[in-house]
Amino acid sequence: MNFSSDLNTSDRISEMFRKLKNESRPALIPFVPAGWPEFDATIDIVKTVEKAGADAIELGLPFSDPLADGVTNQNAYYEAIQQGTNTSTVLETVSLLRKEGIEFPIIVMGYFNPIFTYGSARWVKDAKEAGVDALIVVDLPPGESNELESAAKNSGLHLIYLVAPTSNPERLRHVANYASGFLYCVSLTGTTGARSELSSELPDFIHRVSEYVDLPLAIGFGISERKHVEEVGKLADAAIIGSAFVRTISEASLEERSIEIVKFIRQMKGEDSDFS
Amino acid sequence: MKTSQPDAGGHFGDFGGKYIPETLMPAVAELEECYFDAKNDPEFMNTLAHFLKNYVGRPTPLTFASRLSDFLGIKIYLKREDLAHTGAHKINAALAQGLLAKRMGKRRVIAETGAGQHGVATATVCALLDLDCVIYMGEEDILRQSLNVFRMKLLGAEVRAVDSGSRTLKDATNEAIRDWVTNVRDTYYIIGSVVGPHPYPMMVRDFQSIIGKEAREQILTEIGQLPSICLACVGGGSNAIGLFYPFLEDDVRLIGIEAAGQGLNAKHAATISKGSPGILHGARSFLLQDNWGQVIEAHSISAGLDYPGVGPEHSWLKVNERAEYYSITDLEALEGLKLLSETEGIIPALETSHAVAFLSKIASELNSDDVVILNVSGRGDKDMSTVANTLGVADGS
Ligand SMILES: Cc1ncc(COP(=O)(O)O)c(C=O)c1O
Repeated sequence: MNFSSDLNTSDRISEMFRKLKNESRPALIPFVPAGWPEFDATIDIVKTVEKAGADAIELGLPFSDPLADGVTNQNAYYEAIQQGTNTSTVLETVSLLRKEGIEFPIIVMGYFNPIFTYGSARWVKDAKEAGVDALIVVDLPPGESNELESAAKNSGLHLIYLVAPTSNPERLRHVANYASGFLYCVSLTGTTGARSELSSELPDFIHRVSEYVDLPLAIGFGISERKHVEEVGKLADAAIIGSAFVRTISEASLEERSIEIVKFIRQMKGEDSDFS
Repeated sequence: MKTSQPDAGGHFGDFGGKYIPETLMPAVAELEECYFDAKNDPEFMNTLAHFLKNYVGRPTPLTFASRLSDFLGIKIYLKREDLAHTGAHKINAALAQGLLAKRMGKRRVIAETGAGQHGVATATVCALLDLDCVIYMGEEDILRQSLNVFRMKLLGAEVRAVDSGSRTLKDATNEAIRDWVTNVRDTYYIIGSVVGPHPYPMMVRDFQSIIGKEAREQILTEIGQLPSICLACVGGGSNAIGLFYPFLEDDVRLIGIEAAGQGLNAKHAATISKGSPGILHGARSFLLQDNWGQVIEAHSISAGLDYPGVGPEHSWLKVNERAEYYSITDLEALEGLKLLSETEGIIPALETSHAVAFLSKIASELNSDDVVILNVSGRGDKDMSTVANTLGVADGS
């Protein structure tokens, strides 16, 4: 079913899920575009995220036409590009993060064109060297890019695939054949963006997915509150929080940013006194 | 040259494919299945043929352009898609897809539009077939094609303004795809050109190839020989591929004209001439992009050509050297518009005007017995305010 475990027994992603098994809580993985809100903001943001107790970071590789993203991420990507963020600067940032002692998994999420233009095999090689553990390409279904797939497989970089509530058994089987590291379950039919409620279909959907895949499952899209994380914890192994985290950062002043990030993550983990 | 393209995954050589979020994968598979099924269903094909004849007004004429031919010293035939109902070729694929939407039991239709011709065609079909209709259109295009916005609303469609990015066709397409991802279960996305994920480029080509099929029969009946050149403008490439496709196996030059905008060293939309392979809106094709794979905003005076991508089959025809692609600037296109208006009494769309301008530019290099079929993809009514603003009303009077 997957080839990650035999190829790569001690990678950071598998390690993270192994450790969490004993804690009976889902991994908390915030998302933020690299090179945003300021070009050089990412180092401090990720350090704060790790210190606050998140389990991994998902760094957005900005793209001019993010057609699976809602307005919050669209705007952040736009600003990041305006500030000079590109495929190379994102990898340099990851490199720097590792030099600064960041230990938890770093996952890059983006669209295919910037990676394709950079060269898929070249990207995988450079990303691996920089310290990237996994890659999520929103608009690349499994089977469409041999070059990226074989480069990732050979280097032990996890290519994370997505499934959606619309995925039928045929698709679930297909995706399961390619999946590595964990599977990204899109919580709803729609674009990214904070929602007030999780879809009522979610439990059924996750149940269907787990019939076909025995990798850890992450749930993302729309998660914005502690109660969502609790729901996710009952169903899956990780909660990915995108737009709500992006919004928290964009609404905080530069001086308050670190405090707000810590507050947000503690709250999502249920460590805030109001939520414990 | 093989006409068996695309392969099962929708690839035209290295181009095409399905680069879309997983949410949409079952939907495009369902669409492909339904399309193949409908194509082999005589009842569906009869219904389509009935509407094409009695509603759209097909076959459209092939008009010998005698004064323009005299003026340029070659023989020019005009394929009159401007005479199709709603005033452009877009209705051919919109009608067929509307029928597919019905067949699939989808109640709601969405579409993107640049010039507004595809939006009008889609709104028209939705009125005809009683489907809910939402059209995404960039704010910039809403301003320059306001006549078509009015028409869409009159036809009962909801027009949603898109204010992201360049506020033109590319961004309207992004927004339509976001809607599709959200409402995929009950919504049919009628794509307006031979772009998007498989099966759209193949399917829209098949529906538009009625243009070339008719033209080929008409020219053989008229002069007993094939043309030496088939010529069309290229935005996404649907009117061009519609004309080219039935001539692919023939000894006929196929020439597509892109928009050079303010010039190839300034802002333009000459995707094949100046772009490089990339992925946008679900397919791999030529793309206007920077060194980092960020899409560059296109520019053309003509909203229907103002797009940084192009259909994958054109990219494939280009690298196989089966078709040729050149470009024409905004100013040249305006001259083309005046030329066809004054010599033939046909005011072409600004999109079409690019092909007219190219013909007048290269006519001197052709022989007097060369026969050209020029696809008049649409009529120019929608562009009158743009033309008046640029040329000055006095010049147009
Ligand atoms: C009249 C006309 N011609 C051409 C085009 C360009 O599209 P395509 O290249 O798909 O034919 C448009 C698009 O809006 C149009 O309205």
